[in-house]
Amino acid sequence: MNFDWQYFLKALIQLPEYIPVTLIMAIFAMILAIVIGVIITVFQLSPFWILRRFAHFYISFFRGMPTLVQLFLIYYGLPQLFPSLRGIPAIIAAIVGLGFKESSYLSEIFRAGFNSVDEGQIEAGKALNISKITLFWHIVLPQATLNALPATGNTFVSLLKETSLAFTLGLTELFGEGKMLAGESFKYFETYLAVGILYWILIIIYTWLQSLLEKELLKPYRRDLNEPDRSEGPVS
Amino acid sequence: MSLIEVKDLSVNIGKKKILKHINLNIEEGTVTALVGPSGSGKTTLLRTLNLLQIPTAGSLKVGTTTAIAGKIDTKTIHDLRQNSAMVFQQFNLFKNLTALENVANPLIYTNLANKKEAHKTALKILKKIGLEEVITQYPATLSGGQQQRVSIARAVAVRPRVILFDEPTSALDPELVESVLQTIAGLAKENITMILVTHEMDFARQIADEAVFIENGEVLSKGPAKELLSGRTSPRIDSFINSLKRSAFA
Ligand SMILES: Nc1ncnc2c1ncn2[C@@H]1O[C@H](COP(=O)(O)OP(=O)(O)O)[C@@H](O)[C@H]1O
Ligand SMILES: [Mg+2]
Repeated sequence: MNFDWQYFLKALIQLPEYIPVTLIMAIFAMILAIVIGVIITVFQLSPFWILRRFAHFYISFFRGMPTLVQLFLIYYGLPQLFPSLRGIPAIIAAIVGLGFKESSYLSEIFRAGFNSVDEGQIEAGKALNISKITLFWHIVLPQATLNALPATGNTFVSLLKETSLAFTLGLTELFGEGKMLAGESFKYFETYLAVGILYWILIIIYTWLQSLLEKELLKPYRRDLNEPDRSEGPVS
Repeated sequence: MSLIEVKDLSVNIGKKKILKHINLNIEEGTVTALVGPSGSGKTTLLRTLNLLQIPTAGSLKVGTTTAIAGKIDTKTIHDLRQNSAMVFQQFNLFKNLTALENVANPLIYTNLANKKEAHKTALKILKKIGLEEVITQYPATLSGGQQQRVSIARAVAVRPRVILFDEPTSALDPELVESVLQTIAGLAKENITMILVTHEMDFARQIADEAVFIENGEVLSKGPAKELLSGRTSPRIDSFINSLKRSAFA
């Protein structure tokens, strides 16, 4: 077996320079996806059928197409229709493309989050004469957000990996740089292994952060943590 | 004048006639037990008294607000609900709020009190029913009995003219029932008007002034609770009460 350890380690040290581009893309695409996702969710839950129809169409459209096709449509296709878009930076096109795509997944996740808040609490709120808006902001939204958090995190993990597709728009990010290194050195295995491991590390760190956040946010709702401690009775 | 006047009230859901021509008067300061077999329309009647269910025909007066079927707008609903509060079978506490907030926040949300007053009121009520130790806990960390008592406190806090209880102990483990019944009995002593749907016949006989028996969406009979719930006045009620006893021993 000829595995070039030295080259592998060199790649592992050299490649992280491109992690910021990857992260920036993922984070901004996620922000965009959340904003659009919320809007589509509002449409889905709206009493107006035309908005619900639109939301349905939007979700189906962006889920039904390969991400790569969407990126090409935006980066290469749109400037043909709208010349003013000629020359948009590849990173913007990637952020927009990935953001649109993931928003379709997020809106389904958010909707499920809202539906998981039981009708009984809403009835209780109505019976107490609490207005719909207040009920939404103070009762439904906080619970829906918490319910949607794990799945939203998973979406970010997919998004982080999908940013590797941006190299097809000529953008040099983590994967793009790896591809170039591999092409120059012909050390494909070592390079791509290093690239893969770096994505893996990013995702491990992110998953860990998210679990910390979830634990913190869920603390008050968990029975075991809140059971009054009876081991030390009050001194009397 | 009675606190609550229900006149010829009917409720259809879809094509199904759930309540048929209900007539009922309830006096201020009394406890009314609403009994009847499962599916007879007890929950629907309570929900209609709160306009969580909109009636199809007839009228309904609670306090100074009258709702006439076909002419019920959001103002009527709002005004009528100011007079009543509801305690649900499944507690329906707000899961993201502590016990104290569950009782205090509705007062804040509906501008009945500012934060300081609301917390003071809530604390007072929760103390009175022995829940002082759990005020900072969230519903998920409370026992069913504690949750139901918090929900009773939540109903009391808005100072309603009537509290509607829908089988408040049915979802509880047997050993937790007593504490909730005691809390309700405490309210009865303070002459708070209550309508109580329950299968706890002994309890109903003890605290209720009036009883109403419904079956198939109709009021089959009504009268003084001790008499009516003894089962001696009607064979139908007698067999119903016996069926409850049998299921309790099953
Ligand atoms: N939302 C609804 N849609 C259709 N039928 C309903 C609905 N709510 C209640 N019902 C029907 O109305 C009848 C009375 O129900 P309910 O008031 O819950 O009875 P109870 O509380 O006495 O058990 C039942 O037959 C039930 O199936
Ligand atoms: Mg019922």
